[in-house]
Amino acid sequence: MRTKQKMPPQMANGSAKLPTWVDIGLLPLINVALAFVVSGLLIATLGQDPFEATWIMLRGAFGYEESLGYTFYYTTNFIFTGLAVAVAFHGGLFNIGGEGQAYIGGLGVAIACLALDQYLPFGLLLPICVLAAALFGAGWAFIPAYLQAKRGSHVVITTIMFNFIAASLMVYLLVNVVIKPGQMSPESREFASSAWLPYMHEALAWFGWEVAQSPLNLSLIGALVCCVLVWGLIWHTRWGYEIRAVGANAEAAVYAGISPSKIIILAMCISGALSGFVGINELMGVQHRLLLDFAAGYGFTGIAVSLMGRNHPVGIILAGLLFGALYQGGAELAFENSAFSPDLIVVIQGLVVLFSGALSYMLRGPMERLYLRLRPPPPPPIASVEA
Amino acid sequence: MGEDFLLIILTFDATIRVSVPLILAALAGLIVERSGVIDIGLEGKMLASAFAAAATAYTTNSAWLGLGAGVVASVLLALLHGFACITHRGNQIVSGVAINILVSGLTVLLGVSWFSLGGQTPPLTGDARFNSLTFPGAEAVRDVPVLGPIYSELLSGHNILVYLAFLTVPMVWWLIYRTRFGLRLRATGENPAAVDTAGISVIRMRYLALILCGILCGIAGSYFSTGHGAGFLREMTAGKGFIALAAMIFGKWRPVPVLFACLLFGFLDAIAIRLQGVEIPIIGEMPVQFIQALPYILTVVLLAGFIGRAIAPKASGIPYVKEH
Amino acid sequence: MTAAGSSTSSAFPPAIELRGINKHFGPVQANRDVDLTVPVGTIHGIVGENGAGKSTLMSILYGFYQADSGVIEVGGQVCPIHGPEYALAAGIGMVHQHFMLVDIFTVLENILLGAEGGALLGPGMAAARAEIARLEADYGLEVDPDALVGDLAVGLRQRVELLKALYRGANILILDEPTGVLTPQEAERLFEILTAMRDRGVTIILITHKLQEIMAITDNVSVMRAGQMVAHRETAQTTREELAELMVGRQVLLRVEKSAADPGDVVLHADGLSLIDDAGVLRLDGVSLDLRAGEIVGIAGVTGNGQSELLEVLSGIRPPSRGRLSVHDRVIDHDHPCEPEEMRDLNLAHVPEDRQRMGMISAFAAWETAILGYHRDPAYTGPILLKTDAIVEDTDGKMDRFDVRPANPQLTSDSFSGGNQQKLVLAREIERRPDILLVGQPTRGVDIGAIEFIHRQLIEMRHAGCAVLLVSVELEEILSLSDRILVMFEGRIVGEVAAADADAQMIGLMMANAHETENAAANG
Repeated sequence: MRTKQKMPPQMANGSAKLPTWVDIGLLPLINVALAFVVSGLLIATLGQDPFEATWIMLRGAFGYEESLGYTFYYTTNFIFTGLAVAVAFHGGLFNIGGEGQAYIGGLGVAIACLALDQYLPFGLLLPICVLAAALFGAGWAFIPAYLQAKRGSHVVITTIMFNFIAASLMVYLLVNVVIKPGQMSPESREFASSAWLPYMHEALAWFGWEVAQSPLNLSLIGALVCCVLVWGLIWHTRWGYEIRAVGANAEAAVYAGISPSKIIILAMCISGALSGFVGINELMGVQHRLLLDFAAGYGFTGIAVSLMGRNHPVGIILAGLLFGALYQGGAELAFENSAFSPDLIVVIQGLVVLFSGALSYMLRGPMERLYLRLRPPPPPPIASVEA
Repeated sequence: MGEDFLLIILTFDATIRVSVPLILAALAGLIVERSGVIDIGLEGKMLASAFAAAATAYTTNSAWLGLGAGVVASVLLALLHGFACITHRGNQIVSGVAINILVSGLTVLLGVSWFSLGGQTPPLTGDARFNSLTFPGAEAVRDVPVLGPIYSELLSGHNILVYLAFLTVPMVWWLIYRTRFGLRLRATGENPAAVDTAGISVIRMRYLALILCGILCGIAGSYFSTGHGAGFLREMTAGKGFIALAAMIFGKWRPVPVLFACLLFGFLDAIAIRLQGVEIPIIGEMPVQFIQALPYILTVVLLAGFIGRAIAPKASGIPYVKEH
Repeated sequence: MTAAGSSTSSAFPPAIELRGINKHFGPVQANRDVDLTVPVGTIHGIVGENGAGKSTLMSILYGFYQADSGVIEVGGQVCPIHGPEYALAAGIGMVHQHFMLVDIFTVLENILLGAEGGALLGPGMAAARAEIARLEADYGLEVDPDALVGDLAVGLRQRVELLKALYRGANILILDEPTGVLTPQEAERLFEILTAMRDRGVTIILITHKLQEIMAITDNVSVMRAGQMVAHRETAQTTREELAELMVGRQVLLRVEKSAADPGDVVLHADGLSLIDDAGVLRLDGVSLDLRAGEIVGIAGVTGNGQSELLEVLSGIRPPSRGRLSVHDRVIDHDHPCEPEEMRDLNLAHVPEDRQRMGMISAFAAWETAILGYHRDPAYTGPILLKTDAIVEDTDGKMDRFDVRPANPQLTSDSFSGGNQQKLVLAREIERRPDILLVGQPTRGVDIGAIEFIHRQLIEMRHAGCAVLLVSVELEEILSLSDRILVMFEGRIVGEVAAADADAQMIGLMMANAHETENAAANG
């Protein structure tokens, strides 16, 4: 039985009237710019100088090696969660559960590490952990996906609920099960060093390139590989073709012999797996233990990253970099000027989601009129009259 | 019975206190969704009004002015939601997410900038809070068996917003089912084209619903910081907006069942703490986290259609466009 | 300006007078300088083909759209209509083709919506109940005011729409294709009601493309074609033939030149196919048919009588609830469904009725739409990657051979005109050289040049030995292309004729199931 489901309106539908460069280049840029202008005005109303704040943030994000490392480290997480949101989007699904999927993905990583780090060398442990992150993340996305595909339960609501369920589950596990004996704070024991992903400064040192220490680790390479894989998957494989077909027109997909149920589950599981990789970066790369709330905020930021990056890996890398810089630069800003809390970044993030996402059509109409005025209209096509 | 009975009364008392924002926010969600707009920004609206109410109440030393500010903040956010997804037909989920994120950052940013207390407002005292109302004779009857504690603990001794919240349920019911506005509202969420052809503006109906939603969320948020609590704490709504969303679904978009869903979820919240470390016969020790997650789990089970069917208003989530 | 009704010699000004109405949607001119005069207390028909601009014109009169230019007069007064509320205030009511009802409301609540009579529902409800009882008695519009509209049959829902209009005091009533979804009995009942209304002074505008209805019930008729009003006639002074010619604007579709059919073996055999939809409604009722190689079988019928469902079952999109289907040697029934993919492997191709909804994906590039359904073919995909270059080249060839313009496989599918989209879809299905070709509404929304091209392609398929099943609401298309014609009514096949023996009138009677009304009643 095919389920009748409510698809979110396509986020990336093009405009027949605007040339591509305006549609996917200029308009998104203007929307992001608007978000930053509003942020600047906000900073000004707080009695601070927005230009100075921008300068501090830029310097804090890119100014020196260590800061660059931090920026790229944040970027890594945002690429994972941004890709996760994008893959689901292409399938017409709004996966708001990146938060929970990242959290549970990390659980998978931690279980693999805690169980095997005494026995296996890094080379064997890493693929197992990657698999565990993907499986656990995908598993957490599977249930909402299955319920959407087979029972018509709205995936937005169920993934929100699953975020909270994940949070409760993780608190329970950390407090009662994996807590290091004789310790107060809910954390697991530290992983053995065979479960540590090399830091980038270590890796570069192998090639004789000494850089400053930072949490940046080899996960970044994994994130970039994922970008290539997602790009290939979505636009160059038949599975991607089917995902996009279901997302754009489920009825036509059924006609084409594609099962929307299967594709919904496939897209959501891929999405969950990508979110789960946050666990690799955070736990194997930086924390080396399982702890509370290590994924906090990354899942939601993924929504902003994906919207801003127009659901395309290249856009997601750029948007991920921007948010990485915001996170790092914002931390620096709060450090230098106590009038700011790091929450400024959260505000900017909210504004980006607002302007790039919710208000993305706002400027399209005026832009179309402007474009038509600047350019002579093409001869009207011979169109049939359809009333 | 004595002590056990008092414990039960106190648990119910706590249930009432934690249910208040759920009831207000769930009814707010009910009204907008009945008009065909999905609002996952209930959380953000409550948080914003909690902050606005606390900041204003602190500055003016008036809980009522705080409430007014809370409602204004919440209504403004509701109008922003409307601007994005009614006027500009943006995605309603994205808009809700944006508002939640924006508010989560903005409240702390402004809090730090204004009060320099790490995102909190200074504690509220005296008239800056809604204080408990004691019913006449509450003290006198306290020792009367059974009815005494019920009257003096359960019914008496809440602040005015608590009574207002419970009063809102019949008011919303009446509004939805017994007035012209309600008829049009329900029609707008089911078949906006029918409303349009009847000469009623769909856009106007949806904006009105959003304003009502904003008012209710504003009261709910103010309750957090000036009624239940005494000042604003960062993220003080702690996901209650999503529990309210769950309660709205659980109550199948109808005011009275929504009230009971809110009381159930509030009760789970209230007993979670008490059950910590308590051995329950047969089940054994119930993890408190499980009880905390139960509202979400129950809602998912309901959505999956295993315990009745939750059918949302047909047009919810879909921007209204005239077809040709 | 043409005076429409010379028969009405009353001194009253006309109920409706439209002058110089223009309306365009983007580049499409839906109405061009339209004039219309409707005398008070008459039933006025407006006929025209699909897309002639009838519905747009009435939507303007009802205030749903604003005209670009032109004047609307109601009862002799210039009456600007900026929205439905203006039309309602002027006494104009409209029954839309798709009913504007709220399913979860009772009949009473639906009638009340927008005319509640006060901020509280209570008093208005009581008043409405009495008024509805009166209207029911006056016009024979019986319907239970407390029934949920979602539970009502189509004919009753339409009565609710009529009651809605009358309750608002409408004395001018627009009906848009009111019989499209009705059984003949329901339609007859509707006409009785409409006649009763006219006799009480209500002015009625009836939009339809069914000429027999015009002849049966209207006093005057106006004909629209390609957005323009081309003629006004008194119904008593005209004939179906004249109206048909006015509607089409030329000698009705050219008979396509074709040689006699030479049918071969049966390649598709349906035996008692039934389909019950998700709502539990019987959509197909024991359909049996044979399709032979080298013949075109046409399925005629009023929209909504099971043709769409038949195509969906035959193409594997939905499994039959009962009955069996054999395609070559594969037997398909409820427990042995055959997915669309397997159907394609059985060399069955399907050009769907609604290409926008099903046949293509608007956001996809043309080359992506050109492999829809065949994207798993090894010619198009390797074990992992799509063979993009090969697909684009292949699409280039298809566009060339089928004259799809502009011939650019990279353009998105929705940037082509209707005719070019259809040619692309047709190319995709036909170039597989299928043994069986299911075609739904091949020329809907397609320009004249493309129609002839598409018809030639279908004939050529037949010559090549393909079995073609053609579903169309255009009777002329069925008549000119088919070798055999099956007529569908309420999910059943109610008749079969050889094309050589068929004419439009005879098929039309069968489509209305005129000779079998008792059976239909028993089935409904």
